Amino acid sequence: MKLKLHVWRQKSAASAGRMVRYEVEANEHMSFLEMLDVLNESLIEKGEEPVAFDHDCREGICGACGFMINGVAHGPMPGTTVCQLHMRHFKDGDELYLEPWRAVAFPVVKDLIVDRGAFDRIIAAGGFVSASTGSAQDANAIPIPKTGADMAMDAAQCIGCGACVAACPNASAALFLSAKVSHLGLLPQGQPERKERALKMVAAANHELFGGCTNIGECEAVCPKHIRLEFIARRNRDFLKASCTFREETAAAGAG
Amino acid sequence: MKLDSRIPSGPIEQKWDNCKFEMKLVNPANKRKFTVIVVGSGLAGGAAAATMGELGYNVRCFCFQDSPRRAHSIAAQGGINAAKNYQNDGDSIYRLFYDTVKGGDFRAREANVYRLAQISVNIIDQCVAQGVPFAREYGGLLANRSFGGAQVSRTFYARGQTGQQLLLGCYQALERQVNAGRVTMFPRHEMLDLIVIDGKARGIVTRNLVTGKIDTHLADAVVLATGGYGNVFYLSTNAKGSNATAIWRAYRKGALMANPCFTQIHPTCIPVSGEYQSKLTLMSESLRNDGRIWVPKKGGDSRRPVQIPEDERDYYLERRYPSFGNLVPRDVASRAAKAVCDEGRGVGKTGLGVYLDFGDAVRRLGRHVVEERYGNLFEMYERITGEDPYSVPMRIFPAIHYTMGGLWVDYRLMSTIPGLFVLGEANFSDHGANRLGASALMQGLADGYFIIPYTIGDYLATAKLDKIDSNHHEARRAENGVNEQVKRLLSVKGKRTVDSFHRELGKLLWEDCGMARNAQGLQYAMGKIAELQQEYWQNVNVVGEGAELNQSLEKAGRVADFFELAQLMCLDGFERNESCGGHFREEYQTPEGEALRDDDQFCYAAAWEYMGPGQKPALHKEVLSFEHVHLAQRSYK
Repeated sequence: MKLKLHVWRQKSAASAGRMVRYEVEANEHMSFLEMLDVLNESLIEKGEEPVAFDHDCREGICGACGFMINGVAHGPMPGTTVCQLHMRHFKDGDELYLEPWRAVAFPVVKDLIVDRGAFDRIIAAGGFVSASTGSAQDANAIPIPKTGADMAMDAAQCIGCGACVAACPNASAALFLSAKVSHLGLLPQGQPERKERALKMVAAANHELFGGCTNIGECEAVCPKHIRLEFIARRNRDFLKASCTFREETAAAGAG
Repeated sequence: MKLDSRIPSGPIEQKWDNCKFEMKLVNPANKRKFTVIVVGSGLAGGAAAATMGELGYNVRCFCFQDSPRRAHSIAAQGGINAAKNYQNDGDSIYRLFYDTVKGGDFRAREANVYRLAQISVNIIDQCVAQGVPFAREYGGLLANRSFGGAQVSRTFYARGQTGQQLLLGCYQALERQVNAGRVTMFPRHEMLDLIVIDGKARGIVTRNLVTGKIDTHLADAVVLATGGYGNVFYLSTNAKGSNATAIWRAYRKGALMANPCFTQIHPTCIPVSGEYQSKLTLMSESLRNDGRIWVPKKGGDSRRPVQIPEDERDYYLERRYPSFGNLVPRDVASRAAKAVCDEGRGVGKTGLGVYLDFGDAVRRLGRHVVEERYGNLFEMYERITGEDPYSVPMRIFPAIHYTMGGLWVDYRLMSTIPGLFVLGEANFSDHGANRLGASALMQGLADGYFIIPYTIGDYLATAKLDKIDSNHHEARRAENGVNEQVKRLLSVKGKRTVDSFHRELGKLLWEDCGMARNAQGLQYAMGKIAELQQEYWQNVNVVGEGAELNQSLEKAGRVADFFELAQLMCLDGFERNESCGGHFREEYQTPEGEALRDDDQFCYAAAWEYMGPGQKPALHKEVLSFEHVHLAQRSYK
């Protein structure tokens, strides 16, 4: 099949970008990224610079890949990262527009690559359980009801790809953030820091200039791991409760 | 050079305790004065960086990905072993130790494996405390499954995403230390050389993958946790970015490389569909619990699988290995698939595939049970191939998955360069010639959480390190070397892409240093690799510049190292005149076609020393002794 591609080319964060048109010959068994590999090989052979895009595992789990295909994050197949999207879902003559994630908090690095370091900083602000190595009790000491554990796992599946932010008209990181707040908040191990976590992660997201959530639901629609909107409700509740009841610790641990 | 494995004294159960007691400690107030570099942020590197940060060391952690959360540990599906015996089915530390040594076909170090089994129980405790959502029973306790043919249920799992969940636990612990100011993270940085001063590892040279800037980073010790080198084959189940450059640079600076020919081929991967194929996707080994593997009895049978009647199918694993059947270990299952394809009985367009058939399972258990057990895997298969495995048998073929070989380390995980420690898949120590399922995650976390934090303290407390600065001539030399290599790659301006060379190299290795090897093939490959390498440096085309984000340049440096590594793999395979685990030399097999070890001649780890460009590396042998698990031929009949 022959495809017409319009790809966002931008040499660096500092330079201006533009759409460039390419034609590429693909076959139905290729993945979308393999189709781009074919394009890149032909560009290099012509002495042109290949299209830069992030990718690593190509199994839909590392979260490195992702860009907009005709305005949809990760393209047309639900629950699918772009590396797992196959060309059999496209047809001969299709015209496709490929653009990087667009959000103030995700500056473009080059072509289809953006900087998602803001996600790491949000996790660093509180997306963890403070359990230093060696301090753990026996793994079976606290039974955890299966339903709660399974729901925590549903939330924990987030791969941090950023599609939710790219799809949101407010460029909100609410789904990403709520997945972590819910994952840890649903487990007994996450309780001691639950309030602090919600407050700190939300503050960090605001600091990174992600937008607010207005319950549009585009994030859930494009999420390759089916993270549910219901987790945003959980985050909101944790945040609200924490805002009303949180007290600063009176003394540092061990100093009281 | 004499290899000192520094195995502690005492009975095997007490060796690790003795070692921990004998090691010197660093005063808490002094820890922050020591800087430790960790390269890699997967299970081994991430766990090491987080834990050393918690202890108070000043840690600098580097990864080539845009975030430490994306390291390839994330893709592990099946699970992690631990000798918890929660199922009361007779498991114990000793049994896990025994199974791992035997499964490794007696080419691993007993003391290391015993310690791994001991630590396995602490890993599960630690991960649960971090909030890793392992699968649970309705009563709320942890669930286990049996995996990879083990006779006990000792595998902990989180759906089909165990590696992801363990890595996120570790990544969150790491980010907590970043927030505390004890770990500085350097994402999108690639290590391109090791700095050795006065015989000790004192730093690394990196390239910032966004700006192209080459920098020197100095430290008191360097920890490599950079994963395996399976991508030397081009097609593997590894992530596209996984590479051998860090360990290869260390090898060229004097660290010994052990057992490079020990590579693991996983039997259940989705077959190659065309020339453009960029990587191979693993289908979890658990599929073999209910799926039956077969090929048509006669070659060239082009009928659709459902049209082939039962008596014209050859369920070759069940036929050859009646007691283990479809559950034989990975190396055995892979070789058997190759054998039937070599006979011309392979299926699919390329003839390189065998059927994994769930027809019987669906009839016996009902579709809903099969769906519950394997639904996500079936979905993944359909996504990639466009075929529905409930109605048409899956097609599978073996693929490169893991590398047991790696940098040689002693019991304390230190390489032959003092101050250079190597963890996880990057070292050679625990899996011998074949790794069992669900033990890679165990080893990565054992090394990172529970071993290096102790052993590095002893090194730092006793090493007597001089003050150095980045103008030291060795640091300058390393940095200049990196700059020169970048310039050289960009200046060839030939006609072929990096990928085209990499593909050709991969095919060569797969043919002659893959599932089955022989002396003639290995010699042929060594010659061909040298020719291809020569052409590479004259005809590769790396477009773009050095001082920018340049993915072609990143690949070009990695492939340049893969050529050298491929040579050493072939040499190692050539010199090891026996078959063991993943290393199958066709000349050394039993009349039934099983691997034939030669314990009199080859009961050692082969550690290779770099002797300079174009020189034959020198072989050093670490003789392995088996005092607890007695040498015996593995049998799965």
